[in-house]
Amino acid sequence: MRNAVAGVALLVMAAFLFYAAVEMHSFGSPAYSDMDDYFIENAQKETGANNVVTSIVFDYRGFDTLGEATVLFTAVAGTTAVFKKRREKK
Amino acid sequence: MMAMSKIVRTVSNLLYFFILIFGFYIVMHGHLTPGGGFQGGAVLASAIALIIVAHGIEKAKKFYSEFSLTSCESLGLVLFISLAFLGIFMTFFYNFLSPGAQPAIPIFSTEPPLGPNLGNLNTGGVIPLMNIAVGIEVIGGLGAIVYVMFRGGKK
Repeated sequence: MRNAVAGVALLVMAAFLFYAAVEMHSFGSPAYSDMDDYFIENAQKETGANNVVTSIVFDYRGFDTLGEATVLFTAVAGTTAVFKKRREKK
Repeated sequence: MMAMSKIVRTVSNLLYFFILIFGFYIVMHGHLTPGGGFQGGAVLASAIALIIVAHGIEKAKKFYSEFSLTSCESLGLVLFISLAFLGIFMTFFYNFLSPGAQPAIPIFSTEPPLGPNLGNLNTGGVIPLMNIAVGIEVIGGLGAIVYVMFRGGKK
Protein backbone atom coordinates (compact mmCIF):
# COMPACT_ATOMS: atom_id res chain seq x y z
CA MET A 1 0.00 0.00 0.00
CA ARG A 2 2.69 2.45 0.98
CA ASN A 3 4.70 1.58 -2.11
CA ALA A 4 1.69 2.18 -4.34
CA VAL A 5 1.05 5.63 -2.80
CA ALA A 6 4.72 6.52 -3.12
CA GLY A 7 4.77 5.37 -6.76
CA VAL A 8 1.71 7.45 -7.66
CA ALA A 9 3.20 10.51 -5.94
CA LEU A 10 6.46 10.00 -7.81
CA LEU A 11 4.64 9.72 -11.15
CA VAL A 12 2.63 12.91 -10.52
CA MET A 13 5.78 14.76 -9.46
CA ALA A 14 7.69 13.54 -12.53
CA ALA A 15 4.81 14.54 -14.81
CA PHE A 16 4.81 18.08 -13.35
CA LEU A 17 8.58 18.33 -13.74
CA PHE A 18 8.46 17.17 -17.36
CA TYR A 19 5.64 19.63 -18.09
CA ALA A 20 7.64 22.46 -16.53
CA ALA A 21 10.76 21.47 -18.49
CA VAL A 22 8.84 21.44 -21.78
CA GLU A 23 7.05 24.73 -21.11
CA MET A 24 10.21 26.54 -19.90
CA HIS A 25 11.07 29.93 -21.39
CA SER A 26 14.14 29.91 -23.59
CA PHE A 27 17.31 31.34 -22.09
CA GLY A 28 17.41 35.14 -21.97
CA SER A 29 13.69 35.79 -22.46
CA PRO A 30 11.89 35.88 -19.11
CA ALA A 31 8.12 36.24 -18.93
CA TYR A 32 8.12 39.65 -17.23
CA SER A 33 11.18 41.88 -17.60
CA ASP A 34 9.81 45.35 -16.80
CA MET A 35 11.71 45.67 -13.52
CA ASP A 36 14.98 44.34 -15.00
CA ASP A 37 14.77 46.86 -17.84
CA TYR A 38 14.11 49.67 -15.37
CA PHE A 39 17.15 48.75 -13.27
CA ILE A 40 19.44 48.36 -16.29
CA GLU A 41 18.38 51.72 -17.75
CA ASN A 42 18.12 53.88 -14.62
CA ALA A 43 20.30 52.38 -11.86
CA GLN A 44 23.53 54.07 -12.96
CA LYS A 45 21.80 57.42 -13.39
CA GLU A 46 19.88 57.33 -10.11
CA THR A 47 22.44 55.91 -7.71
CA GLY A 48 25.70 56.69 -9.51
CA ALA A 49 27.14 53.22 -8.92
CA ASN A 50 28.53 51.18 -11.81
CA ASN A 51 27.67 47.87 -10.16
CA VAL A 52 23.93 47.49 -10.63
CA VAL A 53 23.74 44.50 -8.28
CA THR A 54 25.26 46.52 -5.43
CA SER A 55 22.97 49.46 -6.19
CA ILE A 56 19.97 47.13 -5.85
CA VAL A 57 21.27 45.48 -2.68
CA PHE A 58 22.25 48.69 -0.87
CA ASP A 59 19.87 51.26 -2.34
CA TYR A 60 16.65 49.95 -3.87
CA ARG A 61 16.36 47.07 -1.39
CA GLY A 62 18.39 48.40 1.50
CA PHE A 63 15.79 47.18 3.95
CA ASP A 64 16.55 43.61 2.88
CA THR A 65 20.25 44.17 3.58
CA LEU A 66 19.34 45.54 7.00
CA GLY A 67 17.56 42.24 7.67
CA GLU A 68 20.62 40.27 6.55
CA ALA A 69 22.85 42.29 8.86
CA THR A 70 20.43 41.64 11.72
CA VAL A 71 20.51 37.90 10.98
CA LEU A 72 24.32 37.94 11.18
CA PHE A 73 24.16 39.91 14.44
CA THR A 74 21.73 37.39 15.93
CA ALA A 75 23.94 34.48 14.85
CA VAL A 76 27.00 36.02 16.51
CA ALA A 77 25.02 36.81 19.66
CA GLY A 78 23.84 33.20 19.88
CA THR A 79 27.29 31.74 19.25
CA THR A 80 28.99 33.93 21.83
CA ALA A 81 26.27 33.08 24.33
CA VAL A 82 26.74 29.33 23.78
CA PHE A 83 30.55 29.52 24.00
CA LYS A 84 30.59 31.92 26.91
CA LYS A 85 33.43 31.51 29.41
CA ARG A 86 32.17 29.88 32.56
CA ARG A 87 33.87 28.44 35.57
CA GLU A 88 33.43 24.74 36.26
CA LYS A 89 31.48 23.90 39.40
CA LYS A 90 33.43 22.32 42.19
CA MET B 1 45.05 24.32 20.77
CA MET B 2 48.67 23.85 19.72
CA ALA B 3 50.33 25.85 16.96
CA MET B 4 50.89 24.17 13.62
CA SER B 5 54.27 23.45 12.00
CA LYS B 6 56.79 26.13 11.12
CA ILE B 7 56.05 25.90 7.38
CA VAL B 8 52.36 26.62 7.91
CA ARG B 9 53.11 29.48 10.29
CA THR B 10 55.58 31.15 7.90
CA VAL B 11 53.30 30.84 4.87
CA SER B 12 50.30 32.16 6.80
CA ASN B 13 52.37 35.10 8.05
CA LEU B 14 53.24 35.91 4.43
CA LEU B 15 49.70 35.45 3.09
CA TYR B 16 48.03 37.43 5.90
CA PHE B 17 48.84 40.86 4.45
CA PHE B 18 47.86 39.92 0.91
CA ILE B 19 44.50 38.57 2.09
CA LEU B 20 43.93 41.78 4.08
CA ILE B 21 44.73 43.96 1.04
CA PHE B 22 42.47 41.87 -1.19
CA GLY B 23 39.62 42.09 1.31
CA PHE B 24 39.91 45.86 1.72
CA TYR B 25 40.00 46.18 -2.08
CA ILE B 26 36.78 44.20 -2.42
CA VAL B 27 35.08 46.31 0.26
CA MET B 28 36.25 49.65 -1.20
CA HIS B 29 35.37 48.80 -4.82
CA GLY B 30 31.98 47.31 -3.94
CA HIS B 31 30.13 49.85 -6.09
CA LEU B 32 32.39 49.32 -9.13
CA THR B 33 33.30 45.64 -9.34
CA PRO B 34 31.59 42.42 -8.24
CA GLY B 35 31.71 42.04 -4.49
CA GLY B 36 30.78 44.35 -1.66
CA GLY B 37 30.67 44.58 2.08
CA PHE B 38 29.58 41.03 2.84
CA GLN B 39 32.05 39.35 0.50
CA GLY B 40 35.00 41.53 1.44
CA GLY B 41 34.23 41.14 5.12
CA ALA B 42 34.21 37.36 4.70
CA VAL B 43 37.65 37.53 3.03
CA LEU B 44 38.98 39.65 5.91
CA ALA B 45 37.51 37.26 8.47
CA SER B 46 39.26 34.39 6.66
CA ALA B 47 42.57 36.17 7.35
CA ILE B 48 41.72 36.18 11.08
CA ALA B 49 40.77 32.49 10.89
CA LEU B 50 44.08 31.72 9.16
CA ILE B 51 46.08 33.34 11.97
CA ILE B 52 44.04 31.61 14.66
CA VAL B 53 44.36 28.17 13.03
CA ALA B 54 48.08 28.49 12.23
CA HIS B 55 49.32 30.02 15.49
CA GLY B 56 46.88 28.59 17.98
CA ILE B 57 44.45 30.50 20.15
CA GLU B 58 46.98 31.36 22.86
CA LYS B 59 49.07 33.50 20.52
CA ALA B 60 46.05 34.89 18.67
CA LYS B 61 44.74 36.22 21.99
CA LYS B 62 47.49 38.85 21.87
CA PHE B 63 46.11 40.33 18.63
CA TYR B 64 42.37 39.82 18.85
CA SER B 65 39.97 39.73 21.75
CA GLU B 66 36.33 38.85 21.90
CA PHE B 67 35.54 42.39 23.01
CA SER B 68 37.25 44.05 20.04
CA LEU B 69 35.63 41.73 17.49
CA THR B 70 32.10 41.96 18.86
CA SER B 71 32.38 45.74 19.30
CA CYS B 72 33.53 45.93 15.65
CA GLU B 73 30.35 44.14 14.70
CA SER B 74 28.08 46.38 16.76
CA LEU B 75 29.86 49.48 15.43
CA GLY B 76 29.28 48.37 11.82
CA LEU B 77 25.59 47.73 12.41
CA VAL B 78 25.12 51.09 14.16
CA LEU B 79 26.94 52.87 11.29
CA PHE B 80 24.72 51.11 8.73
CA ILE B 81 21.47 52.00 10.49
CA SER B 82 22.53 55.60 11.12
CA LEU B 83 23.47 56.00 7.43
CA ALA B 84 20.00 54.73 6.59
CA PHE B 85 18.45 57.20 9.05
CA LEU B 86 20.42 60.15 7.64
CA GLY B 87 18.14 60.13 4.60
CA ILE B 88 15.01 60.13 6.72
CA PHE B 89 13.98 63.60 5.45
CA MET B 90 12.95 61.83 2.21
CA THR B 91 12.54 58.15 3.05
CA PHE B 92 14.28 55.50 5.11
CA PHE B 93 17.36 54.30 3.09
CA TYR B 94 17.24 57.37 0.82
CA ASN B 95 20.49 57.77 -1.12
CA PHE B 96 21.08 61.38 -0.05
CA LEU B 97 24.51 61.63 -1.74
CA SER B 98 23.48 60.32 -5.17
CA PRO B 99 23.90 62.54 -8.29
CA GLY B 100 20.21 63.43 -8.47
CA ALA B 101 19.65 64.15 -4.78
CA GLN B 102 18.34 67.63 -4.12
CA PRO B 103 20.57 69.18 -1.40
CA ALA B 104 23.67 68.49 -3.50
CA ILE B 105 26.61 67.35 -1.35
CA PRO B 106 29.78 66.89 -3.44
CA ILE B 107 30.92 63.66 -1.80
CA PHE B 108 30.75 60.40 -3.78
CA SER B 109 28.31 62.10 -6.17
CA THR B 110 29.95 62.17 -9.60
CA GLU B 111 27.53 60.90 -12.23
CA PRO B 112 29.09 58.03 -14.21
CA PRO B 113 28.58 57.73 -17.98
CA LEU B 114 25.86 55.29 -19.00
CA GLY B 115 26.95 51.79 -19.94
CA PRO B 116 30.28 50.05 -19.38
CA ASN B 117 33.07 52.41 -18.35
CA LEU B 118 36.26 52.58 -16.36
CA GLY B 119 35.23 52.89 -12.74
CA ASN B 120 35.47 56.14 -10.80
CA LEU B 121 35.83 55.64 -7.04
CA ASN B 122 34.09 58.97 -6.36
CA THR B 123 30.63 57.72 -7.36
CA GLY B 124 27.78 55.84 -5.80
CA GLY B 125 26.33 58.11 -3.11
CA VAL B 126 26.01 56.35 0.23
CA ILE B 127 26.68 52.91 -1.30
CA PRO B 128 30.48 52.95 -0.64
CA LEU B 129 29.89 54.14 2.94
CA MET B 130 27.32 51.40 3.51
CA ASN B 131 29.75 48.88 2.01
CA ILE B 132 32.40 49.96 4.52
CA ALA B 133 29.91 49.74 7.39
CA VAL B 134 28.77 46.24 6.40
CA GLY B 135 32.42 45.22 5.89
CA ILE B 136 33.27 46.28 9.46
CA GLU B 137 30.24 44.38 10.70
CA VAL B 138 31.02 41.16 8.82
CA ILE B 139 34.72 41.08 9.75
CA GLY B 140 33.75 41.49 13.39
CA GLY B 141 30.91 38.97 13.26
CA LEU B 142 32.59 36.10 11.40
CA GLY B 143 35.88 36.72 13.22
CA ALA B 144 34.09 36.57 16.56
CA ILE B 145 32.39 33.28 15.61
CA VAL B 146 35.71 31.65 14.63
CA TYR B 147 37.53 33.08 17.67
CA VAL B 148 34.90 32.05 20.20
CA MET B 149 34.48 28.54 18.79
CA PHE B 150 38.26 28.00 18.81
CA ARG B 151 38.61 29.24 22.37
CA GLY B 152 35.96 26.87 23.66
CA GLY B 153 33.75 27.35 26.66
CA LYS B 154 36.04 26.35 29.51
CA LYS B 155 37.87 28.87 31.59
